Amino acid sequence: MNLVRNHLLISIDAGTIMAGARAVEEALIKEIAKQGLSDEISVLETGNIGVTGQGVIIVIYPEGIYYANVTVDDIPQLVEEHLLKGRPLKKLILSEVPKQYIIKKEKTGLFKEQPRIVLKNSGIINPESIDEYIASGGYEAVAKAFTMKPEVVIEEVKHSGLVGRGGAGFLTGMKWDFARKAPGDPKYFICNADEGEPGTFKDRLILEGDPHKLIEGMIIGGYSVGANYGFVYIRGEYALSIERLEKAIAQAREYGLLGDNILECGFSFDINVMKGAGAYVCGEETALIESMEGKRGHPRYKPPFPVTEGFRGKPTVVNNVETLANVPEIIVHGALWFRGYGTEKSPGTKVFTIIGHVSTPGLIEAEMGTTLRDIIFEYAGGVKGGKRFKGALVGGAAGAFVGPDMLDVPMDFANLKEYAAVLGSGAILVMDEDTDIVGMLKSVLHFFKHESCGHCVPCRLGTAQLSKIIDRIAASKGTKEDVDTMLKISDVMRDTSFCPLGQSLYLPISSSLKYFKDEIMARVQ
Amino acid sequence: MYRELILKKFKPSVENLLYILHDLQDNNPQKYVAPEDIRVSADYLNVPYSFVHSVAGFYTMFSLKPRGRNIIRLCESPPCHLMGSESLLEYLKGTLKINVGETTKDGMFTLELTSCLGICGVAPAMMLNEEMHGNLTPERVDDILNKRREEI
Repeated sequence: MNLVRNHLLISIDAGTIMAGARAVEEALIKEIAKQGLSDEISVLETGNIGVTGQGVIIVIYPEGIYYANVTVDDIPQLVEEHLLKGRPLKKLILSEVPKQYIIKKEKTGLFKEQPRIVLKNSGIINPESIDEYIASGGYEAVAKAFTMKPEVVIEEVKHSGLVGRGGAGFLTGMKWDFARKAPGDPKYFICNADEGEPGTFKDRLILEGDPHKLIEGMIIGGYSVGANYGFVYIRGEYALSIERLEKAIAQAREYGLLGDNILECGFSFDINVMKGAGAYVCGEETALIESMEGKRGHPRYKPPFPVTEGFRGKPTVVNNVETLANVPEIIVHGALWFRGYGTEKSPGTKVFTIIGHVSTPGLIEAEMGTTLRDIIFEYAGGVKGGKRFKGALVGGAAGAFVGPDMLDVPMDFANLKEYAAVLGSGAILVMDEDTDIVGMLKSVLHFFKHESCGHCVPCRLGTAQLSKIIDRIAASKGTKEDVDTMLKISDVMRDTSFCPLGQSLYLPISSSLKYFKDEIMARVQ
Repeated sequence: MYRELILKKFKPSVENLLYILHDLQDNNPQKYVAPEDIRVSADYLNVPYSFVHSVAGFYTMFSLKPRGRNIIRLCESPPCHLMGSESLLEYLKGTLKINVGETTKDGMFTLELTSCLGICGVAPAMMLNEEMHGNLTPERVDDILNKRREEI
């Protein structure tokens, strides 16, 4: 390996590709060669660096300088100024680098200060290189897990208190235990990457930024429950995630980390990628399984739960991407270490995507129990344009509207109680003072009308009725009774719908009325 | 003929149905799952025509109606709504002179709505075929559409 003077990290993810990152990368490599610097400067691809909506992002180490909105035309000047003359190019430097984005090299071990567990490698290593993943300590957890009995691995995960990051908040170790003890052969281990909750893209960033972490988590999971077949169900729209993951799987097979007799320890496991076709309801685990079997994505009756009767009628674990990305770190460092982060009842960290009217939209990993105020004002630079904070939609369409009084409530499963489900998605959509709440609610209800699978009556008819009512209110033709009916319909849906999709409309409707009733009532006669 | 070649890529198991439909639709000149596509898949997998039809009708990425050469899928979920997707929809309808679900007379564009595309950091966003586009304004939309028109 050559000793190089500077490392340039260029973020290649769905957002930056859109802004022309591939062309910039090509121009950069050409320009560096032209200036005869190819031996001194290395250009590395990485995943999302934590900044979105700022065009092509390049970070230059060891200085740790972030450049944003870089175009092909900027390249000659950037190379000449920074790399040849050693003068940072001021006009492109990212003006507001929120504190979590600055991961100083010398501090990467200090998780307490920069609590990165899930996103440890994201934006640092090249996601398309298994060697870099291994060099950063990757696949150490698999090797360690293989020295432990499967039951002991499960105990460790149970002790860590890791709960599913998909939304339901179930203890991961318990789920694995049930599947291990369930009779049936073969068993299946599925990763749910059908991320569809509006505003949520954390799983995409993990898949694009550090796909090997997911693979490692799945191998450990498969080993624990005794499953030899793994599947990742990814939504069809995530083209780059599918490409990166398939590449990573091929590399892992080549290195003997997937396939027969992994690391010559007698355990065999392989992973296949399955592509969805656009259905929000397939995020529900039984609907996902139906879809994997080539059918319409209708949810199944529970019980039996997938842990006893899942894919092809066999015991099946379904875990979210973020959940599995936590597993290798827990195995390497131990349950106690993991419990050092977050709160007692909700240990660990949570990945949030913070979007809408904020100065610097992006993704962050914060300890469980961090307040909304810290996330919005400390990490995301507060409300854009210095406007007043009106509220936020937390947890996507199936989430809750919150007002300023929720800003200081610690965000964890225990504290959010009835709002706990919203934590899974981690989407925080910030609204400034000019936001029209009726319009937002309309968008939420239209979403559900579009995504209801039509399987059960309360949801199929309820979503259609709610959509009609909110259209009336938005056109200022609604009545007071309409508002009451809306709440009543969603309440009935909560009690009678077949799956969580129909049950979840009550939350956005009731919470919007709790915080913004005056505004909604002002629109009706 | 091309249909047979596509089918042969997959084992005749119903678990491959979504893959088969994706592939058939991508290769159909009118970018949709045609009755003939449904028939050959049903025969190949040995399941009823109605079964394949109901699956194709369930998922938003499949269309049972012929579409244009380019498919625009504008996101209408809350994050994009907050950042102004509604006015963009009006703009797209006006400039293409079509409604949602319709195709322009020259067969160039079909306009569709979609749920969250997962690129909310750059809302409002849309997909043009396989490409994602964000931070949209009417001017950006014009650029994207014009570029597409020139490429063909």
